[in-house]
Amino acid sequence: MDDLYRDFILEHYKRPRNFGELPEHDHDAHEVNPLCGDELGVQIVIADGRIADLRFQGHGCAISQAAASMASEELIGMEVDEAATLDAGWMLELLGIPVSATRRKCALLSLKVVRHALTGEGSWPGDPGN
Amino acid sequence: MKHVVCRTSEEPCQECLVGFGAEKIREDFPILWTKVHGKPLVYLDNAATTQKPQAVLDTLMRYYTEENSNVHRGVHFLSQVATQSYESGRTRVRQFLNASHDREIIFTRGATEGINLVAQSYGRKHLRAGDEVIVSAMEHHSNIVPWQQAAAATGAQLRYLEVADDGTLSLEQLDAELARGDVALVALTHVSNVLGTINPVAEIVHRAHDAGALALIDGAQAVPQLEVDLTAIDADFYAWTGHKALGPTGVGVLHARAELLEQMPPFLSGGDMIATVEAQSSSWNELPWKFEAGTSMIAQVVGLGAAIDYLDALGMANIRAHEHALTAYTLERLSATDGVSLFGPPSAEHRGGVVSFALEGIHPHDVAELLSRSNVCIRASHHCAQPLMRRLGVVATARASFGPYNVAADVDALIEAIERAQEVFEG
Repeated sequence: MDDLYRDFILEHYKRPRNFGELPEHDHDAHEVNPLCGDELGVQIVIADGRIADLRFQGHGCAISQAAASMASEELIGMEVDEAATLDAGWMLELLGIPVSATRRKCALLSLKVVRHALTGEGSWPGDPGN
Repeated sequence: MKHVVCRTSEEPCQECLVGFGAEKIREDFPILWTKVHGKPLVYLDNAATTQKPQAVLDTLMRYYTEENSNVHRGVHFLSQVATQSYESGRTRVRQFLNASHDREIIFTRGATEGINLVAQSYGRKHLRAGDEVIVSAMEHHSNIVPWQQAAAATGAQLRYLEVADDGTLSLEQLDAELARGDVALVALTHVSNVLGTINPVAEIVHRAHDAGALALIDGAQAVPQLEVDLTAIDADFYAWTGHKALGPTGVGVLHARAELLEQMPPFLSGGDMIATVEAQSSSWNELPWKFEAGTSMIAQVVGLGAAIDYLDALGMANIRAHEHALTAYTLERLSATDGVSLFGPPSAEHRGGVVSFALEGIHPHDVAELLSRSNVCIRASHHCAQPLMRRLGVVATARASFGPYNVAADVDALIEAIERAQEVFEG
């Protein structure tokens, strides 16, 4: 069993959850990973202060796609205020695999685009306390 | 110690692979002796940078321990030795590439800086609104972005030669563009860093000149693996870099016609590039030093001279034959591997030692990560060629690229590692 390419990572990569389009949405954003040119967009529907629905669009490596898929399952139903403040630690813990420094941006691209959509701010998510 | 090897075979030629003596050459590269996780390093990222032979490392150490000093205005003996070493590096470059004059050779930080020098110094002074600069869709960003900047500053237009499905440029399209009569400059790569395509640069330069246009050739990938004859190519500007040719990082070369350099304003200014400095104005040093402001990369130029000596001893024709055979072997092995698609010219005949490929269902970054588990170093990236990636319909490719020290066993290790990567993703 590979440390990085675990069964659940490959399963999310091959069958990503919540990928597609939400033509009617409240927020959207689009981000590029400058290292590799991978692109990821997100569309978000808000209801009663929570993320009622969310879809990602784009393509990327197994790490970035699995991260987006796994994050989407947590994000739908989450309070907007909480989702807007999630940090890198949250994403890396959710992924549960050892992510090297060079693949960190792959792992964090989905969180970056969600934060961009919710807050208008497009910087890379930092670690807690950073 | 020139080897006699087959230079024509289109088939993977065992004689070229073995007769070249790459196994022996590997002994000259200390990094290739190192083992990672008990296994040897399989270095197939030579289009990004090459490893350095002991002779280059020794030369750098000898320079710093025995000759280190600043050049040109020193009267003391050390400065004279350093100046002699630095300037003989220039002469060595001229001989190696059959260039005409030392004063037409400018040391830069790399190919990128060389192209920037031309785009900013020549481009901003001489380009006019309505002029066209022809590049191609297979250029590295270093031969696109400086022209975008020069075009934005002058009102000139950037136009692209298309890349055919077989990875070649169309000379007919070049002729059609040139026939419009407003092309000021053609800026094309000699060898594509993604597709490996070897462009017919002498013919391209000839056609550009016939149409009254200048020609710049990006030789970053060509100099390390081809016999480059700058007199035969006759480009107005030819830029390349040392670190892809077994030399140190931080040194590149721009070859340029003296009459153009004389008309061009300095690129960087400061020490060493002046004749006299008055309170409000200055006059410029003669060529090539007019374009070498500040303390030069002295050790790197001396190291580059050692790299050239090393390449020359192997013989560029032999290196080309060896990498041609390796590339043909790689194309054959990859074509026979399930789930692999290839980019670029189908035959190794018109291709440098670069093979870009994709694995079905596996992103190039994941390919590179999994290959790295087997100590196989390849690059997975847009390779600083995003317009080409768009043309190919991908965001990135996986790329294996060769140096003189690569052997058929490296290609076998690549194939094995690819098969292991596919098992992980199928698992």
